[in-house]
Amino acid sequence: MEIQFVLNGKKTSADAAPGAMLYGLLREKGCYSVKCGCETTNCGLCTVWVDGVPTLSCAMPVARVEGREVTTMEGLQKEAEEFGSFLAAEGAEQCGFCSPGFIMNVLAMVRELDNPSEDEIKEYLSGNLCRCTGYMGQLRAIQKYMKMKKEGV
Amino acid sequence: MKYVNQALPKVDSKALVTGKPVYTDDIAPKDCLVVKVLRSPYAHALIQDIQYDTAMKVPGMVCVLTYKDCPNKRFTMAGQSYPEPSPYDRLILDRRVRFVGDAAAIVAGETEEAVDRAMKMIKVSYEVLEPVLDFRKAKDHSILVHPEDNWKSLCPVGADNQRNLCASETSGDGDLEAAFAKCKYIIEETYHTKANQQAMMETFRTYTYMDTYGRLNVVSSTQVTFHVRRILATALDIPKSKIRVVKPRIGGGFGAKQTVVTEVYPALVTMKTGRAAKIVYTREESMIASSPRHEMEISVRMGADEEGTIKAIDVYTLSNTGAFGEHGPTTVGLSGHKSIPLYGKVEAHRFAYDVVYTNVMSAGAYRGYGATQGIFAVESAVDELAAKMNIDPVVLREKNIVKEGQVMPAYYGETANSCALDRCLVRAKEMIGWDEKYPVQDMGNGKVRSVGAALAMQGSGIAGLDTGSVVIKVNDDGFYSLMIGASDMGTGCDTILAQMAADCLDCEMDNIIVSGVDTDVSPYDCGSYASSTTYVTGMAVVKTCAVLREKITARGAEYLDVAVEEAEFDGKKVTHIPSGKEISLKNIGNRVMCSSNTPLMASEASSSPVSPPPFMVGMAEIELDRETGKVELLDYVAVVDCGTVVNPALARVQVEGGIAQGIGMALYEDIVYNKDGKNFSNSFMQYKIPTRLDVGTVRVEFESSYEPTGPFGAKSIGEIVINTPSPAIANAIYNASRVRLRELPMTSEKIYMGMQENK
Amino acid sequence: MITINNYVKVKSLEEAFELNQKKANRIVGGMMWLRMSKGRMQTAIDLSELGLDTIEETEEEFKIGCMCTLRRLELHEGLNRYFNQAVKDSVRHIVGTQFRNQATVGGSIFGRFGFSDVLTCLLVLDTYVELYKGGIVPLCEFVNMERDSDILVRLIIKKDGRKAVYLSERMSSTDFPILACAVAVKKGTAYISLGARPMKAELFVSGERVTEENAEVIAAKAAKAVSFSSNMRGSAEYREHLAKVLAKRGLLTLLKGACR
Repeated sequence: MEIQFVLNGKKTSADAAPGAMLYGLLREKGCYSVKCGCETTNCGLCTVWVDGVPTLSCAMPVARVEGREVTTMEGLQKEAEEFGSFLAAEGAEQCGFCSPGFIMNVLAMVRELDNPSEDEIKEYLSGNLCRCTGYMGQLRAIQKYMKMKKEGV
Repeated sequence: MKYVNQALPKVDSKALVTGKPVYTDDIAPKDCLVVKVLRSPYAHALIQDIQYDTAMKVPGMVCVLTYKDCPNKRFTMAGQSYPEPSPYDRLILDRRVRFVGDAAAIVAGETEEAVDRAMKMIKVSYEVLEPVLDFRKAKDHSILVHPEDNWKSLCPVGADNQRNLCASETSGDGDLEAAFAKCKYIIEETYHTKANQQAMMETFRTYTYMDTYGRLNVVSSTQVTFHVRRILATALDIPKSKIRVVKPRIGGGFGAKQTVVTEVYPALVTMKTGRAAKIVYTREESMIASSPRHEMEISVRMGADEEGTIKAIDVYTLSNTGAFGEHGPTTVGLSGHKSIPLYGKVEAHRFAYDVVYTNVMSAGAYRGYGATQGIFAVESAVDELAAKMNIDPVVLREKNIVKEGQVMPAYYGETANSCALDRCLVRAKEMIGWDEKYPVQDMGNGKVRSVGAALAMQGSGIAGLDTGSVVIKVNDDGFYSLMIGASDMGTGCDTILAQMAADCLDCEMDNIIVSGVDTDVSPYDCGSYASSTTYVTGMAVVKTCAVLREKITARGAEYLDVAVEEAEFDGKKVTHIPSGKEISLKNIGNRVMCSSNTPLMASEASSSPVSPPPFMVGMAEIELDRETGKVELLDYVAVVDCGTVVNPALARVQVEGGIAQGIGMALYEDIVYNKDGKNFSNSFMQYKIPTRLDVGTVRVEFESSYEPTGPFGAKSIGEIVINTPSPAIANAIYNASRVRLRELPMTSEKIYMGMQENK
Repeated sequence: MITINNYVKVKSLEEAFELNQKKANRIVGGMMWLRMSKGRMQTAIDLSELGLDTIEETEEEFKIGCMCTLRRLELHEGLNRYFNQAVKDSVRHIVGTQFRNQATVGGSIFGRFGFSDVLTCLLVLDTYVELYKGGIVPLCEFVNMERDSDILVRLIIKKDGRKAVYLSERMSSTDFPILACAVAVKKGTAYISLGARPMKAELFVSGERVTEENAEVIAAKAAKAVSFSSNMRGSAEYREHLAKVLAKRGLLTLLKGACR
């Protein structure tokens, strides 16, 4: 099955099996930021954007991204680094394995929600598991990042 | 101090937050064979025959390996120093399979599709045997999990395979019955903790290849890089010199990767085929064939006199090591040795245990390592004792806790040279508002709010055994290479060891490079476990830096042609004090590279005769729905004495993360088997770990003591942090509902049923 | 994981219907659950290009396309205003935002899963399914219909003035429910749906007029009307107790007008 899509701003084509999921294809294409932590859509590590919408790439049929725009952290390096510096300041990237999926969803959240409350942040990101941090440091990083974005400091 | 005690970002943080390919599977060669394990559907069986001729016809199939292809030399997968206390009870593949999920065959092919197809075509005939599934009946059971003749226990841990015993021991101090005779209040109860999964986000994974020199190269997500080399040499029956092990970035471990779970499989494939090979465990495999926490049943008898002095503690632990003995003999020890010593006025104690084999997945090392289980029991028992005495359980603790300077008979007779447990308790009470909130407040809507407290301790490395060594080299332009054998698994040891080195060498952090572990080049380190890295390897850093400073001073003096006694190194240059002549570190570094007969480097090792315990207090505030039994965690405060805090940001996240794991353990994490030994908790869909909606607010503070034997006064932090949630929440549940739950996890249903019984 | 031999994005419902007459072929929704089933599918029939992913609100009803994601249900202002966020409350615990961006309402309802929050919720509303061949069928009937090769095209929820509330108990916040319960009241009649017992949701309709005084009795009757069983997440006994408590709470919430 031959499909065409836009990957991180570049026109890309791929030959995929009919039942192939986006996760495997993205890693084949060198997007190693995309991780898998569970295979059962519970962990959020494989989060990428499809037309800007945060999506579990492990459960997104390749066939469905035909003609659409897929964004991984490889295409958001500057923003990832900017938010990532807040995360690292809290020590809340820890092992780092969940960081790309988590950051992809954080960056989607700040685009989608205007000034979210603590509860809204937690709910939006509840599908992103992290076993290292206990989530508090991630929350501090998000709040400081949003404050910086808002106040420009 | 410039860097120690600073909340610096980790040295590898930028790569991690930008998603760089730094983990095992990201860097594996693309032409690796795909390796998978065919697993037993039975809890106990003997393989009669394995037919794989048709499977081998699948295009792309390379090999199927069975027990016939494996050396008949038993070994343990436990990442421990040799001689391991864990018995040598495994083969890479064995005719006898001992749990549902045990390895029956290794399958390797060019692609995952080929291997998956072939696996379905392999026909294994089993003689199905009756399993031993109830750990309470395993000891001296007629069915033996390990009847084999070449089973071997290397250490005197009381193991006996003919009795299903992996370890057994009794220890004590003082006249127990005389001490109990002085007690007006005595409680005796039994507590049950379950197996839990570490559930690190990166599952077990390894790739292997043969290098230019015909040596087996192993790249693995492991906490015990050097132990992997030794264990593989034993398992494959090849010399250690033929193996190199490299540890890249690791996606979490929490003890899971202190067991050599996956390494043997691709290693055997590479040895047999000469091809690069890779195994990546699925989450399901990581849930059914891994190295979870030991299930334990712990009986506690505890007594206090009229004045409320806890005089006697008697603990018996029955531990379930499952099908293999990895970490069985050692985890159990902590259930008593790291719970009883919290109480400093105990006149006599006894601690006995049995560790039994059963036909469930082998247990392993999980953060807390037995202390977690023992502390749940003892800290619940203390509250039960307080209830019997009708006093505030925190008041009872204040009266009895261990104080700085006290000898701890149950902690191998060590002295608490650094202990701020009393200050931790005071501060935790203030933070949660204990006196206002204890025991319970009625919210007037069918819900009540209550508080519960628990204490904890752990160790800092294994006394007299754990060894960390460090090499620091001076390079051209004077930058340093800090070479360590400790395995950073996300914990940040590469960073904190560099912080220590920078302070010791009076230089900028940027002037020090740290690299991952490679057994060919890194100095020996037993690995990152037992809360050892900061304390043990940290001390090696301090010692190495001291020696290196002397060497730099001497080299500078030599280059300046002055007496070394008159020279001084300030981190940037060596100065001849009388004349003011100086040579920069940069110039020394560059000059070392030309016509030099001695490299400018230092290497020291460190091992400590003691294992100073960190201490902490955890207090939980919960809201309990009295109609449904549902517990909501509102607030958790933790005050920790880990000695000097080397990196406050990383230490805080250790505490928050450990508490979150402890909350999961307390409330719902449970590995559930059916009556045939099949594991139901085989995914993140069925084994739930806390999400960010489940942990309430966790607040952390540090009350530092100063550990005289530790680097910069530091002790450990990594493990202790998981120990308080289960007892603190159990105690809060009791205060809310008068229901005493002695079995984890403490589900809403158990609370509701308990309230019904109380009615 | 399921193996798929052929993947077709259909251009019309008729094409989908024809393909769906073969047993080995399946209509795929978000594929969240289907993907994890074992076995082989000849042709996956994808409806994503038929424009069935929207929610249409009219004076009388909400028309929800089968490919509408759970996230759209959660965020739809009209739907959640009309039903006091009951629909939002029924989906917000499902795994996570990303999952709900992909899972479809058609998949949730057509699957008739025991654990389904969405089915539990929509059962207490005046909900119909529009089948391509079978026409419009009340959801409470569809739930018990044999699985066939028809296509669930849309859900229709009538604006009949009922108020609803959704409650559930879970071991952890994004887990499957131990018990799911939706309650609606219209002109004194109580509609109580109990799901995740762990069997699929069933609807109980009160014969008598519900008041604050008899709410507990009616809740108990609703619990009595269905069966419960045990699994890893809870015993039959505990589930039955939860059913009574949640149904009662739901009724009282609605009767006291304490909706958000």
